[in-house]
Amino acid sequence: MVEVTLWGSLSAVAGGKARHDIEAKDIRELFRKLAEQYPGIEPWIDRGIAVAIDGTIYRDTWSKELPKDAEIFLLPRLAGG
Amino acid sequence: MNFDPRFSGRQFASVGTRPIRPDGVDKVTGRARYGADFNMAGQLVGRVLRSPHAHAVIKKIDTSKAEKLAGVKAVITAKDLPDLTDGDAAMYDILDNCMARKKALYDGHAVAAVAAIDARIARQALKLIEVEYEVLPHVTDVDEAAHHHAPLINDQVFTEGLEEKPAKPSNVTKRTQFGHGDVHAGFAKADFIVERSYKTEQTHQGYIEPHACVASVNPDGTADLWVCTQGHFVYRQHCAQLLGMEASKLRVTSSEIGGGFGGKTHVWAEPVALALSRKAGRPVKLVMTRDEVFRASGPTSATSIDVKIGARKDGTITAAEATLRYSCGPYAGSWAEIGAMTAFACYKLENVKTVGYEVLVNRPKTAAYRAPSAPMAAFAVESAVDELAHELGMDAVDFRIKNAAQEGTRASYGPVYGPIGIGPTLEAVKHHPHMKAPLKANQGRGMACGFWFNFGGQTCTDLNIGMDGSVSLAVGTVDVGGSRASLSLVAAEELGIDYSHVKAIVADTSSLGYNDMTDGSRGTFSSSMATISAARNAIKILRERAAQMWDIPVEDVTWEKGHAVAKGEKYGNLSPLSLKDIAAKSGTTGGPIAGHSELVADGAGVSFATHICDVEVDPETGSTRVIRYTVVQDAGKAVHPTYVEGQYQGGAAQGIGWALNEEYIYGKDGRLQNAGFLDYRIPVCSDLPMIDTQILEIPNPNHPYGVRGVGETSIVPPLAAIANAVSNAVGVRMTHIPMSPPRILAALDAEREG
Repeated sequence: MVEVTLWGSLSAVAGGKARHDIEAKDIRELFRKLAEQYPGIEPWIDRGIAVAIDGTIYRDTWSKELPKDAEIFLLPRLAGG
Repeated sequence: MNFDPRFSGRQFASVGTRPIRPDGVDKVTGRARYGADFNMAGQLVGRVLRSPHAHAVIKKIDTSKAEKLAGVKAVITAKDLPDLTDGDAAMYDILDNCMARKKALYDGHAVAAVAAIDARIARQALKLIEVEYEVLPHVTDVDEAAHHHAPLINDQVFTEGLEEKPAKPSNVTKRTQFGHGDVHAGFAKADFIVERSYKTEQTHQGYIEPHACVASVNPDGTADLWVCTQGHFVYRQHCAQLLGMEASKLRVTSSEIGGGFGGKTHVWAEPVALALSRKAGRPVKLVMTRDEVFRASGPTSATSIDVKIGARKDGTITAAEATLRYSCGPYAGSWAEIGAMTAFACYKLENVKTVGYEVLVNRPKTAAYRAPSAPMAAFAVESAVDELAHELGMDAVDFRIKNAAQEGTRASYGPVYGPIGIGPTLEAVKHHPHMKAPLKANQGRGMACGFWFNFGGQTCTDLNIGMDGSVSLAVGTVDVGGSRASLSLVAAEELGIDYSHVKAIVADTSSLGYNDMTDGSRGTFSSSMATISAARNAIKILRERAAQMWDIPVEDVTWEKGHAVAKGEKYGNLSPLSLKDIAAKSGTTGGPIAGHSELVADGAGVSFATHICDVEVDPETGSTRVIRYTVVQDAGKAVHPTYVEGQYQGGAAQGIGWALNEEYIYGKDGRLQNAGFLDYRIPVCSDLPMIDTQILEIPNPNHPYGVRGVGETSIVPPLAAIANAVSNAVGVRMTHIPMSPPRILAALDAEREG
């Protein structure tokens, strides 16, 4: 079980809750479980969500494991210049 | 990813040196081929007809007269680019931006295009196209557009991100919010509060080379595109989707690039050129004029930002809040969202809240510009931070050091930071001789901090070793700032050979796997990781070949300083084999030797910079001159320090132009008034001092050499650093960028009049 924090706008489509306990071993499973629980999240995942694990931002490595005691924070997937 | 990206702390032989770039001679002698330098036999000239109206329904387009003109080979409108986006809203916006479908949404919006045998006939043909418009009310100002009575740009847009779904459409496409704690409680604890509103005007990336491409669609449906871009693989995907082609049938080759800065991450002319070529059956060359570049490509957002920051007498910030409104052009974007994330990222804050609003306006579609959205937010926040330091009677640097984020701080955008470099940049600035240099009358000094995320992304690289031992490195990230030199250094470092034996090229889209664009400061970060991986794969083969040549087990062969070495006393008589020795025998030991890598480079690590600026303001004319400028930034590891310094200087130079002069000026008719470099003034060499740089190297734990992206952060602090310097010089707080002479004089007059 990992505790995941959603940024403000995303929490609005996740039952209005910012913090969620999810049983997920990696980013892929985390997204799948969130989408199962809150179908409104799916379009956000399609548009792109980045995952900060202990402050390091992962945008594309969906196989990245989620350590049990890590701080996990979801962020919009941003573009650069 | 079958590759360990962790920082190893190794000693370097090549990385950190400053050899001449492989593309340097061609560039200084004029041989380098940019977008407009490519030509094909039988090519036609493409030209685009653009809307003169800021907002208008396209009632009818009659192309018949143009089509009959001798020498015209194709005329296209939106009908020739049917909607194949399959519900992908972002792609539909790109399609509509390339060629208006129902409405022209800004002055310069493409409505039709022609391909003719020469430019004169193409221009004549444009004049023969008859477009019937129904002109609509328009809005170009970000604050006016956000107002509920503003002309609606898209009546299907309902603001996202509100607690309740709105009943009426709006030009505000999205509200986003970030932060933590309780700002009301935080402000209640403050002894001093600064609260101000700021504005920044829209600027263009200002690349010297206009958009240019040659498209050639073959009768069998395959096509070639030769183009100036920051991301040829992304251009291939977008063009293939918009034209209904398989991506593999479209080969895109990137030219040398005369600046991009985010503005060449987006297709404009390319799908149009391909559609023209498809219709004409001949290659089509399409080069934008400077007027078109300004009116129809780029630019960044115009912004309106409210900031409130409170602090206790001891200098501890108790709460910080910002509301940010960013213009997106006529299509939805996430520009305010990025501003809201970056605004307070430099600081350790218990109570912080930022709210972003994305606002549609009748201006060109906003494109990324170097650390997109961060400079404007930093201008507002760093101006307020400076003012608060003055009110507290604290030194501006000491106040920032006291409140700077550090490892373990919860970032204003959410997560807790790992090791970060804001503190070291501030300490370096505090002790920099620049801070102690005397100032004369009418001069002022300012400083400011900046933050940017940096990204990695999908990356693919090939490394081929020739039979003579020289190395060809094929990368898929476009070289916008010297990356071919940096990546050659990395290949040389890993293989243990001299830099002069490595030749790096940017491969076309049919020669290499997919690569994300060169954006987000990712070029050297990502491709160096892939180059290290490819080199290590090649070394594995080199060891195997050496083992064959010696007839010993490969486990007994190591790779040291460019040589295979047989380990163990029993091999005492075996001299090490150089890479060149092994390559020479490759034909009989298994054939060509190569290393390949495909990976996702994540973990780029956030980046911080602190800048110092001295200005002199002429109180009679309001003219400002930057007389000294210093950039301090963390590079993780500077692979090629000269090009890192170049990135620092380039960002500062662009920031200086943005801060003092550059601005899109629209008339009441919604038309752009200054679409050229004479009236849109970017800084030239004679406007700038030598920009000093100080590279800090705090290794990125997520890269084998400790590399961080360096390309973007340097444009984040300048707006604020210069605004603080000007404010200190004239004694009036400047809140509107650019601080052009009329704006400075107006501020001085207002101050005098009380």
